[in-house]
Amino acid sequence: MRKLRSFMDDIAPYFEEKGRIAWLYPLYEAIDTALYTPGTVTDGASHIRDGLDLKRIMMTVWACAFIPVFAGSYFAGLHANEAMAALGIDSANNWRAVFLDVLISYDPDSYWDCLVHGLAYFMPLYIVVFVVGIAFEVWFAAKRGHEVNEGFFVTSILFTLTLPPTTPLWMAAVGITFGVVIGKEVFGGTGKNFLNPALTGRTFLYFAYPAQMSGDAVWVAVDGYTGATALGNAALGNDYGVSLINAFVGNMAGSLGETSTLAIFIAALILVAMKIASWRIMVGVLLGMVATSLLFNAIDSSNPMFTMPFWWHAVLGGFAFGTVFMATDPVSAAMTNIGRWVYGALIGVMCVLIRVVNPAFPEGMMLAILFGNLFAPLIDHFVVQANIKRRLARG
Amino acid sequence: MLEHYLGLFIRAVFIENMALTFFLGMCTFIAISKKISTAIGLGVAVTVVLTITVPVNNLIYNYLLRDGALAWAGFPEIDLSFLGLLSYIGVIAAMVQILEMFLDRFVPRLYNALGVFLPLITVNCAIMGASLFMMERDYTFIESTVFGLGAGVGWALAIAALAGVREKLQYSDVPEGLRGLGITFISVGLISMCFMSFGGIDI
Repeated sequence: MRKLRSFMDDIAPYFEEKGRIAWLYPLYEAIDTALYTPGTVTDGASHIRDGLDLKRIMMTVWACAFIPVFAGSYFAGLHANEAMAALGIDSANNWRAVFLDVLISYDPDSYWDCLVHGLAYFMPLYIVVFVVGIAFEVWFAAKRGHEVNEGFFVTSILFTLTLPPTTPLWMAAVGITFGVVIGKEVFGGTGKNFLNPALTGRTFLYFAYPAQMSGDAVWVAVDGYTGATALGNAALGNDYGVSLINAFVGNMAGSLGETSTLAIFIAALILVAMKIASWRIMVGVLLGMVATSLLFNAIDSSNPMFTMPFWWHAVLGGFAFGTVFMATDPVSAAMTNIGRWVYGALIGVMCVLIRVVNPAFPEGMMLAILFGNLFAPLIDHFVVQANIKRRLARG
Repeated sequence: MLEHYLGLFIRAVFIENMALTFFLGMCTFIAISKKISTAIGLGVAVTVVLTITVPVNNLIYNYLLRDGALAWAGFPEIDLSFLGLLSYIGVIAAMVQILEMFLDRFVPRLYNALGVFLPLITVNCAIMGASLFMMERDYTFIESTVFGLGAGVGWALAIAALAGVREKLQYSDVPEGLRGLGITFISVGLISMCFMSFGGIDI
């Protein structure tokens, strides 16, 4: 470790002011502070009461996101392997086969084979998203003279986790570019945006390439194998095609990160225990979702989605993932405690509303969260005004 | 029957939002959305004007202007629909005048905050647009009242959301070239993307 530190110190002069490649300073700074504590300390009176700074918050979320990554990759691989066994194929039949054929034998019973096959879909996406996104971050940081923020670690992994495993790589690159540039950097970078950048990019893809992103087609990573996601089935009134316990554990088709509610639940416990994510928002989303789905259950309708009970809403689609990782984004969520309840409930209500009432979109979580982001400042405004009024009245 | 009106209302507020789906009334939408309280005031004003002018214009269209509407006066062959635009604008202008006097007398603070944009509601395309939609879609009197109210509430909701976002963006660090209108246009675009979640709902 000491060697690395002295190496970083050695190359520092190149990046500092008047150095030969000073325009790359943001990149150096980002790598340096991601590896080590920043070299500067606060002088004068300090406001910091906690060691939990932005850097550690972002890194914890990033680490937690890997729980659904591994669970999601395993199940994506499992489904691909099962499909291959059913179709009698013994090679992945795409560029991934070059190394997959060597590493694994596509055995659906082997944990290793499933995990590696799933990761073979996750890692290329993640690498492309990360490299393209960080390039834009560094570019903006260099031009505008601010630092590259750890927020991008979170944005990149969350964005990747919302993608179907078979998304073309160029499409992932386009999406993260939109999310980073239009969703965040034009407002001045992390903490200055009003919509969740990962979701902005994802929604952009959703509307720009609806055929690939619709959310009801199959997401099993094998050519020639078709099926439907559980929400797509439900909207048509068919059997969901998956048992409740399988849906909870994550043994179903879906976007990479959203399938395993169990893994997301574990991540949620960690995030709440470390006081990183707001439990008020999560509970608010849950309450809003339960109340709305109960309301729809009570209404008589020919639409099969009306009868879907709330426990199914909770385990299918991106609900759990959105609740834990997306809705709790501290930048775009409501800032006041009462506001967080309202904001969460709004998301829960909107999610079920879009899923049930809107036949165009089988999945509503992503749009519901963006809708919540949009009204978060307004909710905060009213909470603050109410507080002011109450205190004035108190005298 | 109630369900039908509720559906119409929800569609006017969310699915066919005047500001975010049709991009009508943009000039006031962008100019008056710097502060939440003013934006809500203007939103209410627009809602009031819409709720009154759309049904009034509906009456004018159905009993004076449309083909054969003058049959009750003994002129069944007369078609005055070419006077539509002219009469709608007249009604809207009169309505706004009355509202202006009302606000000046009872809510002077809002009156001063809205400034020139209050009389400019007259030429707010959202209001004219609602009347024209009413004519095109052949709404009945009650339907046009519900539609006017819904269109107004939707527009008010949109401007309140934009004002909330813009108040938050005061603390952001926008690149020089995009400050002011530029970033507002981008924000409106993103907000309208969020409202696309309603597209496709069929009530």
